[in-house]
Amino acid sequence: MNILVCISHVPDTTAKINFTADGSAFDPAGVQFVINPYDEFGLTKALHIKEAQGATITVLNVGGSETEPTLRKALAIGADQAIRINATPTDAITVAKSIKNHIQANAYDLIICGQESIDYNGQQVPAMVAAFLDLPFVNACVGLDINGGATAMAEIDGGHATYSCTLPMVVGGKKGLVEEKDLRIPNMRGIMTARTKPLTVEEGEGGGHTAAVSFARPAAKSAVKLVPADQVNELVRMLHEESKSI
Amino acid sequence: MMIVVFVESWNNQFKKASFEAVSYARSWANTAGCGVRAITSASAENANQLAQYGADEIATLELAKTGAGIGAQLAGLLGDAQGVVVAGTAMGKIIAPTLAALSNGALSTNTTNTPTSTNPVIVERGAFSSKGIETISLNNGLPIISFVPNAIGIKEEVGAGAMSTAESERSDMLNVDEVSVASGKVALPEAEIVVSAGRGLKGPENWGMIEELADVLGAATACSKPVSDIGWRPHSEHVGQTGIQVNPNLYIAIGISGAIQHLAGVSASKTIVAINTDPEAPFFKAADYGIVGDAFEVIPQLIEELRAFKAAN
Ligand SMILES: Cc1cc2nc3c(=O)[nH]c(=O)nc-3n(C[C@H](O)[C@H](O)[C@H](O)COP(=O)(O)OP(=O)(O)OC[C@H]3O[C@@H](n4cnc5c(N)ncnc54)[C@H](O)[C@@H]3O)c2cc1C
Ligand SMILES: Nc1ncnc2c1ncn2[C@@H]1O[C@H](COP(=O)(O)O)[C@@H](O)[C@H]1O
Repeated sequence: MNILVCISHVPDTTAKINFTADGSAFDPAGVQFVINPYDEFGLTKALHIKEAQGATITVLNVGGSETEPTLRKALAIGADQAIRINATPTDAITVAKSIKNHIQANAYDLIICGQESIDYNGQQVPAMVAAFLDLPFVNACVGLDINGGATAMAEIDGGHATYSCTLPMVVGGKKGLVEEKDLRIPNMRGIMTARTKPLTVEEGEGGGHTAAVSFARPAAKSAVKLVPADQVNELVRMLHEESKSI
Repeated sequence: MMIVVFVESWNNQFKKASFEAVSYARSWANTAGCGVRAITSASAENANQLAQYGADEIATLELAKTGAGIGAQLAGLLGDAQGVVVAGTAMGKIIAPTLAALSNGALSTNTTNTPTSTNPVIVERGAFSSKGIETISLNNGLPIISFVPNAIGIKEEVGAGAMSTAESERSDMLNVDEVSVASGKVALPEAEIVVSAGRGLKGPENWGMIEELADVLGAATACSKPVSDIGWRPHSEHVGQTGIQVNPNLYIAIGISGAIQHLAGVSASKTIVAINTDPEAPFFKAADYGIVGDAFEVIPQLIEELRAFKAAN
């Protein structure tokens, strides 16, 4: 079984987000980067499958050389090999084309992505990869059972759905694929062996269909209005008359 | 030329986001100087109401069961489309990128306004989990917009409403084995009011008052991440940077500290109320209104006051 886990390299969840002085781009100075949290669930799921039934796990990122520490971290957690597709990830469709090309040149049984990258919040790449390759796709996947084919549980608006399909398939995963407590942090041995695992660089697609024009911060909130705990009726009045929320 | 809008229906019923999608398309079409074509699987008798929100043409057809299947069908129905609109529901989040890939289009997801320019299309979208607003230009290929439900609201504006039926081959690559949707519950991403609680509630047995409060307000319930990690509440209620991102008119946070990862998923809410025993809780910096107090005392009073308010209004 060959599993591909697509990993995006994103600012740590606690990072303060700054933009360049002219507002044209995100400013990565001083920001710690991590494996996209949704992809951590996917990577751990791949490890569970490997431990239960045997598999080779390849992790892949489309990006510049600055993302290699993130791929090395995925190797230290337990992936077998890493691919970096050398391209500027200008937009999702360009990233998805690079991933598609790689998949076409290699045989994978299962392609696990995260539901969303927490940087640009696209929720686009996995569906695009599936569409380009004409493969079954389950988004918001919160449970996956590989049994020759696959049975997958997904969140839908207001509930859940269970799907089954043949392999290969593409998954856009999230918490539930494995539990929070199952997530692994690299240990010393993992970090040592990661140094000798292969990290191969391939060339990717350029171009792009969309372009960021500018970035801004959301308007700052004015100071909170505190209501005394014994005047809850006053809060109800304000929510009705001032903010018109009820 | 037409702005094509996909209008989602469930068992022949439209959701609020469905009408909002037509309003969105109408607004874009007005700026671009063209018409609106709605595509839906709802029955013709039901679909004709889309004219009230600005649809000039309404095409009904049988659709595939999954987002990827519908996306592939839409790709074959674009005709003279100048742009496409899809609501960012769970289904829409699959349809839009599928369609973008198959039509080699230019997609903006998480979009929060209507186009400020139409050639090229320029819109704003949430990025960095509400810590940033990105202005994006859809330069190359058919512009496709998936918007955040509640972003622009519903506007009534009459369109010509010419009805037709469309034909298109359906195929799903997934077998749908089971669908379970809780009836009567308000779905979180679309909710206008969200009542959310955190670890301050001490245990799952105390959620009765949270559900009661949500019930009085017609709100959806949500929770912080640790609450769903410990299993007090289902994963599907986890909001925040790594959970569901919401933008309701009103977000009430009870016994939630207001960690940066939580705020990242809720700070787009129009009005925020924080209720917390700790006056130093970070949530008070992100809230519009706050009560420093014990949830176990404040919430029952709030339920009572709201009942009285609802009875009087
Ligand atoms: C990678 C990563 C991703 C994360 N993503 C998310 C995310 O998406 N969403 C999320 O929520 N968190 C997320 N977190 C976790 C986040 O950092 C916080 O730990 C979490 O939000 C805290 O939850 P809480 O406020 O319920 O609990 P606590 O921090 O324990 O706060 C409980 C609060 O309740 C108050 N309280 C106690 N008793 C009462 C009472 N009787 N009445 C009223 N108030 C009371 C306390 O004063 C306190 O402020 C993430 C963390 C990491 C590392
Ligand atoms: N540059 C990238 N390299 C590899 N995988 C990516 C990249 N961008 C996105 N992905 C994958 O696609 C998922 C969804 O990302 P997005 O569509 O950007 O929100 C992520 O969780 C990753 O699995």
